[in-house]
Formats: sequence, C-alpha cells, structure tokens
Amino acid sequence: MSDIHGNREAFAACLEHAAQNGVDRYVFLGDFAGYGADPGWVIDTVMARVADGAVAVLGNHDAAALANKTAGMNDVAAAAIAWTHTQLDASQRDFIAALPLVVEEDDRLYVHASAFEPERWNYVTELYSASKSLMATQAHATFCGHTHVPALFHMSLTGKFASFVPVERVEIPLTPQRRWLAVLGSVGQPRDNDPAACYAVLDDARYALTYVRVPYDVESAAQKIVDAGLPTVLATRLFDGF
Amino acid sequence: MNAKRLEAGQVIDGFTLEGPLDPGGMASFWRVSRAGTDIPMVMKIPLMRRGEDPITIVGFEVEQMILARLNGPHVPRFVAAGDFERPYIVMEYVAGRSVRTFLERVPLAPAEVADIGARIAFALHDLHRQHVIHLDLKPSNVILRDDGEAVLIDFGLSRHDQLPDLMAEEFDDPIGTGPYVSPEQVLRDRGDPRSDLFALGVILYFLATGERPFGEPMRGGEWRRRLWRDPVPPRRRNDKIPPWLQEIILRCLEVDPTERYATAAQLAFDLQHPEQVALTARASRLERDARLTVFMRWLRAPKRAPPRRRTLSGLLAGAPIVMAAIDLAPEASGLREALATAVRRVLATAPGARLACVNILKAPQVVIDTEVDAQGRSMHLQRLVALKHWARALAAADDRVTYHVIESNDPAAAIIDYARHTQIDHIVMGARGSSSMRRLLGSVSAKVVAEAPCTVTVVRLPAGETQPAS
Repeated sequence: MSDIHGNREAFAACLEHAAQNGVDRYVFLGDFAGYGADPGWVIDTVMARVADGAVAVLGNHDAAALANKTAGMNDVAAAAIAWTHTQLDASQRDFIAALPLVVEEDDRLYVHASAFEPERWNYVTELYSASKSLMATQAHATFCGHTHVPALFHMSLTGKFASFVPVERVEIPLTPQRRWLAVLGSVGQPRDNDPAACYAVLDDARYALTYVRVPYDVESAAQKIVDAGLPTVLATRLFDGF
Repeated sequence: MNAKRLEAGQVIDGFTLEGPLDPGGMASFWRVSRAGTDIPMVMKIPLMRRGEDPITIVGFEVEQMILARLNGPHVPRFVAAGDFERPYIVMEYVAGRSVRTFLERVPLAPAEVADIGARIAFALHDLHRQHVIHLDLKPSNVILRDDGEAVLIDFGLSRHDQLPDLMAEEFDDPIGTGPYVSPEQVLRDRGDPRSDLFALGVILYFLATGERPFGEPMRGGEWRRRLWRDPVPPRRRNDKIPPWLQEIILRCLEVDPTERYATAAQLAFDLQHPEQVALTARASRLERDARLTVFMRWLRAPKRAPPRRRTLSGLLAGAPIVMAAIDLAPEASGLREALATAVRRVLATAPGARLACVNILKAPQVVIDTEVDAQGRSMHLQRLVALKHWARALAAADDRVTYHVIESNDPAAAIIDYARHTQIDHIVMGARGSSSMRRLLGSVSAKVVAEAPCTVTVVRLPAGETQPAS
C-alpha cells in the first residue's frame, strides 16, 4: 500500500479488504502523512503493523512533515505539511525519522519514488523514468508509489521497456523472464479518475500481482479535511479521484 | 536445460520423460507421467539456443502466462510450468486428429467443411470469452478430440486482453503465420478477436477449395497484399461449393474486421444453419475485383490500424445471440406482444445482436403415412410463416433474424438443448398465467430458467391482463 496520505477511511477500508482476502504480510511504501486529516492515526496503525513484521519505507511528505520543510511543494501541499507537522507526537516523529528509503527483500525492492536516486523523489510516470528505475536495480520486481496512478512497467531479456495499465482484480503473472516495476497507485488520494482506494496484492508463491480498488467513505474523509481547516481542494478532489 | 540432451526415463521436477513426440518448429515435445496425475500429459520444452530468435523466448513466456489461466474443453489443461533456469510447460496431451491431417484429402464436401468450421468457431468463442485472442490459428494448431470437440493449441503468439502484451512490446514487425495472418495483424493491431475469424476463413477456404486464398507469402512485406487484393471466389475454384458457404467464407475474409462476423458464435450459428444464411453479393461472385478497384484499394490501404476503443469483452457483449421462444397458440397473443416489446429492448442495447426466433412444434409420435407427413410439413411451414409475421413488428434488419421450428414433445428440453447447441447468450420467453394445463404439466419457463446455460428473461403480462387458458 502506498500514498495513504492521512486518509483514515481509505486506509481502514483497504486493511479490512486485505484481511478478508488472505493477505498475511504488509508493505507500506511511504507518504503516510500529508493532505489528509488523520496522519497520526495512519502512522500509529503503520507502526503497529511494522512491529508485527510489516515493512515501511519513507515518503517525501513524511520527510517534509518531520522537518517542516516545504521547499519545492505547491501551496496546497505546503499548507498540508505545515498543518501535519503540528499534529505529530514524539513517537510518530521518531518512527518517521528511522524509516529507510529503500528496503530489499529476496528479489524484491520497495521504494517510495524511484529506485534511481531514491532520495530525489523522481516520479515514475512513463517509459523513460521507468527505465531509469529498472536499470538502477537488479531486483526482479520493484514496488513503488509516489505518482498516485497505478501502472506496471517491464523490461525484457533483450532490454526492451514497456508499460501496461493494470486491470483491476486481474492477476498478472510477474514472469521470471523479465524484470518488473509496479507503481501501486494511492490508497488515500487516487489521481487516475477513479475515487476508489488503490493497492496491490502479491502472491509470492506464484509470483502474481493483482491491483485492487476499494470503495470507501469519501464523504467522511473529505468532511474531516474541511473541518481541520485544510485547503478545500484536498477534500473535493477525493470525490473524483483526480 | 538443453532440449537436445533429454532422454527417456529422465525426471524433471517430478515428471518422468516417457518418449519424444514430433518436434514443433520452436520446441520439443515429450510424453511425460507423474505419480498421482492420471491424465495423459505432454511436456513442451522450448528450443533455446544462444542468439536464437527472441520470438521463441518471448513466445514461451506468453504461453506460460496465458495457458495457465485458460479453462474448459477447448484448450489443453495446464499442469505445470518450469522456472527461468528450466523452462517448460506440462499440459494435457490431447488425443485426436490435427486439422492438418484433413488437408491430405481437400477439397472436402461443404457439409464437412461447415461441421469442422463450426467446431473451431465454438472453440474460438470459448477462448474469446476468456479474454484471449489466439492470433496464430492454422490447421496444425487445432486438434479435433475423438468426441469431436475442437481444441486450440500453441498460445505463443496469443494476446490476453487484460495482461501485458509481451509480443507487441518486443517486436516491431507484424507477427503471425503468412497464409493465415489477418490484415489488422499486418498493421500491428493485436487486439481484435475477429482476427481469428479471418484465419478461420482461410482454413475454411483451404478445406473447401484445396487452395490457400493468399498463397504462402513468407516475407512480412508480401503479407500487406491482402489489404487490397481479394482472393479468387471459392466457387470459381470448386463449383460444388454452395452460395451459402462462399458467403460465409468471404465474410470471414473481409479486410475490414467490422464487415466480418461480430463473434465466433455468430459464425458458428451460420455454419450450423446453412439454409438461414443471409446471402449478399458475396455469395454469387465468380470473379475477383477489377484491377481498377484493386488499385483504388491499394491507394487507400492504411499504413496502420485505427485506434482501438472497445475491449474484447465489450465486443462480445455488444453482439450476443438472442433467442426468442415464441408460443404461437391463439390465446397467447397478448403475451406475444409483450415478448416483442422485451426483445426490442434487448436488441436496442446490443447493435451487433442476432435474434433466433424459435417455436416448438409438438412432434407426432410416429409418422404413419405420407398424408400425416405432408400435414406435418405444412404445419412446420405455417409456423415459420407465423414466426416471420411476429418478427415483423421488431423492425430488425433481415440479416439479423433467423427462424426455427423445432419438433419436440418436451418444449423446455428442446429450448435448453437448442440454446446449448448454438451458444445462445440470452433467452427471452413468455410465462403463461396460471392455468390448469400449467398445473398439470409444470411450467416450461421455470424449467428453462432453472436449467438453461445462459441468461433467461421471462416475460409476463401485467396482472389483470392475464388471459385464461382455453
């Protein structure tokens, strides 16, 4: 799950969906805070899962909220960061401060943005940026977020790069003959014109990846954003998923 | 794993190699066995040598991906696949006859061509419903099981509508087999299920005439010729071919996929009902198009395929075969009107739909003499006339509607059988109000709803309009 962005309703819906579908291990790809009204609850929940063996990596909004640094962000994002900074308690700040940028596990790599210079938070949006990430690692499969748009890139043995728009709930075999880069989309603020929360499930026995959409209570999440005094656009965009 | 060094008795991941089978172009095949698995199995091992055409490698990856998620009687059952170090696929060994063996005695009789064609079309429809387009259909890739069902094999060039198309990403040139490749594949469009109908048209042409419609072009550049040059009409090559068969074959071979059958099921339907094929100018042609026409087509031939807007399942959903089961009894006239309204609604939502109007005629138990037989035939004819009269109210194009009078003493069973046999997607039928007959015999519609292999809509008259049974 990636880019939860303080959206408690979306995150809780995804966790429930995952539990019902036999998910037994969790990987959180960063950006727990920023934009949404429940950063504390989201980070506490992630912390509890990590204590149980889940993996979490750092996102740029988490780093920014910790340092209260908004350089390079647009006004809306900066306003959300400034507010989020005031919301975090000491244990949440310590947790974020200790998050790694990249985690490698077996033949998989987890990163928030790109495996290529991960600290620069490069977006993986098309073939060129995907190829840079794919070339930067030997991992068979890389999982990342950051763009809020689900996508799947792959590189063949002969070095050809290609992209694919995943179809919801269709299992995609990540074949051993090529290397894969899965951009998961966002739990808390989807931007692909589908308001449903997005995450993905990897069946690591069969090496098959399934993208999932989970509808959630957008109204409540949006109302909380308005009530917190955050920019209204952060609430309205949730309804259309843009 | 070096395919050349395999020998009988060797064990690979629990599978014992029993003996080699005829090798294919890009793989070797072994009969294998495994304790606890009782179906006959074959292991396909790609012939991968250094510097080999990457089509072999990617094709194998594609087949592993696609075969593993296909089900049903029209594909070999997937058993297991090897990993990167040891690539192989183990699948059901399909006993039967390759359609290639029929080529030894072409031309075949029209009825046999239609029979084989319908079986292949059913298999294709089943494949398309599972989101897969074969894209390399040819006689050597179809096996007829001993029970007659067609099985499609070799999915190395196939495309799954909801998975990454590894072939298209890897190769810039069109991919296929020269004699069978469709015009849109030549233009690098790999997303149209009607490409398989084109290839089936080539097979039908070959079986019916003994010749391939576009010869055996080897180089990709020669493949483009089929975009403008029409084949010699089949009846020119074999005058025993009836007009309906030529109509079907040439419709499959249309350059524009939208001019072909919308679905493999609709093609199978025509192959099963020769007398109901709507004949057009295609049926009577004995000459190829004039040079000027061909020249104009050459001038206008597209360089690339138009962008695709519909998914495979969207295409199939837009072109169902709908069956209206019509009760022609005089007292059911109100119900027939309501049925027509319901059928109009269904046809309006699916512009590619075909409608089969079906009436069940109670069959005489034994035909005693010719007079009764003649009566029976005249009854049959009367029913057809009545069906056509009923369908006039639908104002549907003639080539979308067919009429069928089926003799049976069990109407529900006859409707269900017919729906299964012709791959009906949707049955629309009426339910009579309460009547002593219904209490006595049980409801036909209830049985159809319970047992039909497809969606069933039951039409009722609004309460109060129910007509008493006479």
